[in-house]
Formats: sequence, structure tokens, C-alpha cells
Amino acid sequence: MNDPANNSGLSFSIHKGVTRWGETGIKFWLRICTAISLFTTIAIVVLLLVESFGFFREVSPIEFFFGTRWVPLLKPSSYGVLPLLWGTMLITVGAAVIAIPLGLASAIYLSEYANDQVRAWIKPVLELLAGIPTVVYGYFALTFVTPALRSVIPDIQVFNALSAAIVVGIMILPTIATLSDNALRAVPVSLRQAAYAVGATSYEVTTSIVVPAGLSGVMASFLLAISRAIGETMAVTLAAGQTPNLDLTLLESIQTMTAYIVQISLGDTPSGGIAYQTLFAVAAVLFAITLMINVISQWILGRFREVYD
Amino acid sequence: MAFLSEKEQKHLVNRHRKSKLFALLCAFVTWSSVFLLGILLVNIAMDGLGWLDWQFITSFPSRIPAQAGIKSALVGTLWLIVMIAFIAIPIGVSAALYLEEFSKRGRLATLIEVNIANLSGVPSIVYGILGLAIFVRFFGLERSLISGALTMSLLILPVIIIASREAIKTVPMSIRYAALSLGATRWQTTWSHVLPSAFPGIMTGVILALSRAIGETAPLILIGAASYVAFLPKGPMDSFTALPIQIYSWASRPQVEFQELAAAGILVLLAVLLLMNATAIYIRNKTEKRLK
Repeated sequence: MNDPANNSGLSFSIHKGVTRWGETGIKFWLRICTAISLFTTIAIVVLLLVESFGFFREVSPIEFFFGTRWVPLLKPSSYGVLPLLWGTMLITVGAAVIAIPLGLASAIYLSEYANDQVRAWIKPVLELLAGIPTVVYGYFALTFVTPALRSVIPDIQVFNALSAAIVVGIMILPTIATLSDNALRAVPVSLRQAAYAVGATSYEVTTSIVVPAGLSGVMASFLLAISRAIGETMAVTLAAGQTPNLDLTLLESIQTMTAYIVQISLGDTPSGGIAYQTLFAVAAVLFAITLMINVISQWILGRFREVYD
Repeated sequence: MAFLSEKEQKHLVNRHRKSKLFALLCAFVTWSSVFLLGILLVNIAMDGLGWLDWQFITSFPSRIPAQAGIKSALVGTLWLIVMIAFIAIPIGVSAALYLEEFSKRGRLATLIEVNIANLSGVPSIVYGILGLAIFVRFFGLERSLISGALTMSLLILPVIIIASREAIKTVPMSIRYAALSLGATRWQTTWSHVLPSAFPGIMTGVILALSRAIGETAPLILIGAASYVAFLPKGPMDSFTALPIQIYSWASRPQVEFQELAAAGILVLLAVLLLMNATAIYIRNKTEKRLK
């Protein structure tokens, strides 16, 4: 950004030597406000590291990362995080399988086929879907999706991974649709016109010109949606239950990392005990995974961005 | 007459048929999500409307479904909205102003930018854990409204900063030059010219961020908002409950009556959110007119 104040040299030479305390004070306040965002990150990282360190003095990292049983509250206790990771992965993969094709198709419809009137209707609806609180999706899963699934698959449990994956998929669909739509619309019309001029059909233009040209934005939207699915809490807690489970099953209750954190904090866990520390160890894993995905998505956006003039 | 052989003609027809089918498929998928929103709302309205009356709004939660209400949750949520607004808006807008109007481009600015982008992707439950460790335990604020409001403020700060920066960026440079050339200091320029011009955009972003905070459940559960509160908070240090917490606690019970109470609670929550969004649009329209 250019610097208007330094260009207007005159006003500064007049006030030379005068310290404007008000101006300095305000600048100080603005700096502090900006620094809060840095402090937040530092606080999260330090907190998770220190508390996880305490946890790993009691439990070996090998048991934590490779153990296959997660029984932190009963004796004999066992702290293998794999069942929680597995639960999170089931939900995330299930949600992605639903949301990626549907979200991309919606984005293509919005950017390539829909006229302005239709767009003006559908975009707010998608934003509305994205703005609905996650606890509402949890309710929807329990009272609508699971009963509907039960009429097709009678032996599905009340709490099951499938209905949680479906609602999380619905939840992240607007993210993919809106962001991918933006990416596809940024592809210049001239590229499309060139393809149409040599006789390509709209399907061919979309799949071999528009989507490849906007791929970095599309991929980034997928990753962002996936990281939201991993961190999703309330819908999963309500719909998928509280049973750590390492089986490949969508019909039974499972427990995700986020659902475990909720379970522990609903009970009155005493501060400082090992159960309290598991909270931070699990949260550290969750934070590390989502951070990694977010960084990759930003890297893709920066690295593979096709810039058109 | 024929330019194309029969085989080529068939191929051409197939290509166009495929293209039409694809367009239809995409349209179908998109309209399905609109339809889905309809199903979701109708489903909730059918479950909850029967319970939604004045008694429901003005009663405390109860073990007897017919007497249960959301008074304490609604009041708790209103407290939260006001407190979060007073904490998060000044800080978030100040940070955005600093980044756009005062800071020098450089490594630190890039670092802060990347940091804010990453913070906006951190799962809300992690903010809950941060709030639990720092506000509830370390500062000893207990499971109070102020702990909840501070935690939620941290959660929506990145959203407010990003939205405010976008709004500030749209203010034309000429406005700044005009003020500076008349001898205004940089802060005077920012306060009386940049900020008013960016106000509609900032307000829209801020209210959308606030409505995100209102719907968040997980951080409040983490910092220990109770699900059964039969009194109204009198000050920031009191314990509290909020709409999403109450909805969660009802929805997680097996009895049908409580599930329907949850639906009624959702209707109230959605009404609050709708009201906030309508306010955002109203403010935007009104100030836009005035600025023109």
C-alpha cells in the first residue's frame, strides 16, 4: 500500500519536533490490538505443548500414538489415540465423499450455467446453510437422517457414523460450493470463448478448460472444508455417539477426537489429573492436523495460482 | 450434402447429449441443496412449533417438559452478544485499521497476516480449551459469562479482522489524500474519513461474525456453561447458560418431548440469528444511502 502521509511532506515539516501524544497513544493501542492475534497463537501452541508434555511423562508416546484402545476413564486404563483418530477419519472421509462431488457440481452450475437471477437466489441460500449452527445439524441427524436411514438399513444403531458423516457433508458443502464458484468465476471468459470457438461443448469447456484453470482455488476449498469437518464437534457428538471404535463400520457408534473432548468437559474433571491432561494431548493432535491442512491449502493457493490479466 | 460421415454425426450428437446431461446434473445437485434446506427447516418447525409459546420463552428449564422454557438460555445468549460485541469489535477493528493504515509492509506484517489466516482455521473447540486453561483456570474467572465472552471474542477476532480489512481496502485513496493535504494527522484521517467510509462493510462483517459466535456450542461447553440454570445472570461474573447449550442438552435426551423442546429452542436461536442478519442488511443499506 502506498504511503499518503509520507508523500505529504509539508504537514510533517510544520509539526517537526512536536510529539503528538494522542497520536502516539492511539498507535500504541492499535499495535496491542494487532498483537493479540499473535499472542493467541502463541498461547495455543505453548498451552498444548506444555500440557501434552505433562501427559507424556505419565504415558509413553508410543502407547499414545500406536495404542489401539482408548479407555482413559476406567481401570485398567489405556491411552491409544488411534480409535479417536479413526473415528475422526471415518467422518471426514464420509463427509468429503458426499460434499466434494456435490459441492463442485453446484459450483460449476453457479459459475457456468446459472443466470444472474438464479445466482441471486441460490448464493444466499448456500450462505444460510453455511450459517446454521452445528448443533442444529446434530439435531437434524438425530431426528431426521438416522430415522430415514433406519427405514433402509434396519440394524443401524441410534448413534452411528453414517448419519454424522452425512450431516457433516451437508455442512461443508456450502463452503466448497461458494469458494469453488469464486475460483471458477475468476477464470477469464476469453479462455471459454476460445474453446467454444473451436467447437467444444459446454461439458468439454468446463471439464478441460475451466476446472483445470481454477484448480488451485478448487483444491484449496476442498482442503478448507476437510479441515472444518475434522474440527466439527457438536453434530458429530450428537449423532455419532461416544464409543471409541477401531472397526471399519459406519453403522455403529464411534467417537471422534472432538466428541471425546466434549465428553470429558461435560463431566466435572478435576484439574491436573491425567484425564484432564488427555484433553490437551488430544487437542494437540487435532490442532496439528488442522493446522497442517490449512497451511497446505494456503500453499496451494499461493504456489499454483494461475494469474490472469 | 453431408459434411460428416454417419459415424462422425453420431459422435457429435453424443457429445452434445453428454453436455446437456451434465448441465442437468449440476442443476439438479444445486437445487437439491436448496430443497435440503427446506426439509431441514420444515422438519424442525414441525417438531418445535407446537411447543413454541410465551410460556416457553418466559420459563426456566424444568424436568417436566410442559413447564420447561428457555428464559435463562435466551438471556444468557443476549448477555453474550452484548459482551462479545464490546470486547471483540473495538479490538478487531483496531487491528484491521493498524494493518491497513499504519503498519509498514514487511516480514512482520506478512507473519501477522498468515497468522490471522491460520487462526481463522483453528477448530472452535481448541479455542474452548484455551479459554478453559487461561480465563477459567489461570485468571480464575470461573465458569462465568466473562470467561465465555472472552473465549468467543478470541474465536471471532480473526473473522472480524479479515472482514474489516476488506472493507477498509475499498475506501479510495483520494479520500485519504484529501484529508492529509488539509493537514490532518494520520489518525484524524483514519478516524474521521476512512472509518466512516468503511463503516457499512465493517458492520456487515462484524454482525456476521457475531452471529457465528451465537451459534457456537463447543467452546461454551468447554469453559463449563451449565445446562441447567434456573436463575438469570446479574453480572459478568455470574454463571450462565446459552441457547445452543440448552438445545444440546435437550437434544441429547432420549425422550421425544425433550427432542421437541430442542426443536423449539432451535427456532428461537434461528430467529435471533435472522434478526441479527436483518440488522446487518438494514445498517448496510441505510449507511450506504447516507454516504451517497
